[in-house]
Amino acid sequence: MAEMTGTPLLSLAGVHTHIGQYHILQGVDLDLPAGGMTVLLGRNGAGKTTTLRTIMGLWKPSRGTVTFDGRPIGGQPTPDIAQAGIAYVPETMAVFADLTVAENMVLAARSGPMDPARLEWIFGLFPALKKFWQFPAGVLSGGQKQMLAIARAIAEPRRLILIDEPTKGIAPAIIEAMIGAFAELKRETTILLVEQNFRFAASLGDHVAVMDDGRIVHRGAMADLAGDEALQQRLLGLSLDAHQ
Amino acid sequence: MTAVPASSSDTLPTLKHDWLPILLPIVLSAIALPFIGNVTTWVTLTVAALAMGMMIFVIASGLTLVFGLMDVLNFGHGAFIAVGAYMALSVLGLLSGWVQVDSLGWNLLALGLAVSVAMVGTGLLGWAFERIIVKPVYGQHLKQILITMGGLIVAEQLIHVIWGGDQKAMALPTALRGAIVIGDFAIERFRILAVVVGLVVFATMLLVLNRTRIGLLIRAGVENAEMVEALGYRIRRLFVGVFVAGSALAGLGGVLWALYRETLTAAIGGDIMVLVFIVIIIGGLGSVGGCFIGAILVAMMANYTAFLLPKVALASNILLMVAILMWRPQGLYPVAKR
Ligand SMILES: Nc1ncnc2c1ncn2[C@@H]1O[C@H](COP(=O)(O)OP(=O)(O)O)[C@@H](O)[C@H]1O
Ligand SMILES: [Mg+2]
Repeated sequence: MAEMTGTPLLSLAGVHTHIGQYHILQGVDLDLPAGGMTVLLGRNGAGKTTTLRTIMGLWKPSRGTVTFDGRPIGGQPTPDIAQAGIAYVPETMAVFADLTVAENMVLAARSGPMDPARLEWIFGLFPALKKFWQFPAGVLSGGQKQMLAIARAIAEPRRLILIDEPTKGIAPAIIEAMIGAFAELKRETTILLVEQNFRFAASLGDHVAVMDDGRIVHRGAMADLAGDEALQQRLLGLSLDAHQ
Repeated sequence: MTAVPASSSDTLPTLKHDWLPILLPIVLSAIALPFIGNVTTWVTLTVAALAMGMMIFVIASGLTLVFGLMDVLNFGHGAFIAVGAYMALSVLGLLSGWVQVDSLGWNLLALGLAVSVAMVGTGLLGWAFERIIVKPVYGQHLKQILITMGGLIVAEQLIHVIWGGDQKAMALPTALRGAIVIGDFAIERFRILAVVVGLVVFATMLLVLNRTRIGLLIRAGVENAEMVEALGYRIRRLFVGVFVAGSALAGLGGVLWALYRETLTAAIGGDIMVLVFIVIIIGGLGSVGGCFIGAILVAMMANYTAFLLPKVALASNILLMVAILMWRPQGLYPVAKR
């Protein structure tokens, strides 16, 4: 990886993951530099969500190593991985519907009461959360739930944030504005974003990896992929057709 | 700074509280009145139902959270009912002077001590039960059913060894016997005590679940345990705590239940556990509020039909369960699951 300097913040080497009897990840190699955003692209079923869940310890890798900040985390319990400084925004958002927006945030701020300045910053990014602060998260719209799921991941500073398809099923106007919020987020932390919307991914990503059939089939700078339509066609033909 | 617009339809939603299940006990008791035909009898039966409902709730509340949090099916919960009752029997035996004197204060002190010993004892037993019997079978329902039932049988045999296999009398403390007469109605004192204890337990649980971090974690964990872990919390540690608290509550419920029936055997948990399982199902697995209302409904059904049609008392509760599940297949207050 030519554009990488220094030791990676997160590194997957030869990672295999089985779900039950199915062999889903078949040797994933992925290095994430510290800072900026890496986008993980790939068609439906390529193994992107499984990769994030494996990093988070929600599936245990059957082979290979996952290293975070120089420490092996593969196969560790999920709470330990979270406490090492990784936050997760799952594809399903997984907001706690019975809890209020405020209570969701209280739990996300693990180390104690939320820093008021940070909360104001989050309200600045996602004003809806302020408005619905005392409402059960279950009454929020899809886009608002997505904002809460992201806000939960940044309730306290984390070293790395894994975000799985935040634009899925979200109205275009909100996607447009989410770009601004992510642009700001990636200045303070490292983000691994799974995305099918290439335009969204290209406008934010610094680095890119493309998955297919449980393996990484391309790694490089996002600018290179964004400027090379032939490469896009070859790597992403199907998903580009589906999403644009 | 670019802000994400709140949404185009940005009006605040109106919060609808779901009051319908709360009306059910009132409706059920109103329907029962003309069939019973006598207000005095109806009041007696209704108070008995409330007392019994509170005991069922105290026993069921921990079990519904145990299921909600980690999908653990514990068929051994009845063991804590019996052990709690026997431990209280022993303590009350030692304190027979305080039990027999006609003083509410001394009686309640003796009872309080007996309940404390029973709850600490069943809490510790619950901890051992969880570590030894439940932990190896996380996520395996069939094995959970078999091994927890095995645990129940072992516990009953141990009771036979320690306390003997004969039926014991569980005498009410003197000042708690008899009834208070209000106008035309006689209300048994112990039933009032049972209702008070049940309400205190319910209020405390609501307070913990809604106002403390641990409570929020329990509610969040019942919805999505995986996400609670991804936020950095150890759900298993939380689960052990809930299991212990639920066992201690079953011990408390066992003391009350034995005093209510005034006799006990090692199988005392068996009769009430059938009702407890019905309550947990109709309340909505993992829902403490649903469990509370479900317990009152089931106890009303049991008491009214025991008077009107004694032969179909249990069948009537199964019918009640079917009717509620046809209305709300996930129970009265379904918990939002991932
Ligand atoms: N829980 C599961 N059980 C069985 N197969 C699964 C499960 N989750 C995902 N898969 C399979 O793993 C493959 C990769 O899925 P996923 O990681 O969700 O892909 P992506 O996020 O790239 O769309 C798919 O073929 C999918 O069917
Ligand atoms: Mg996916």
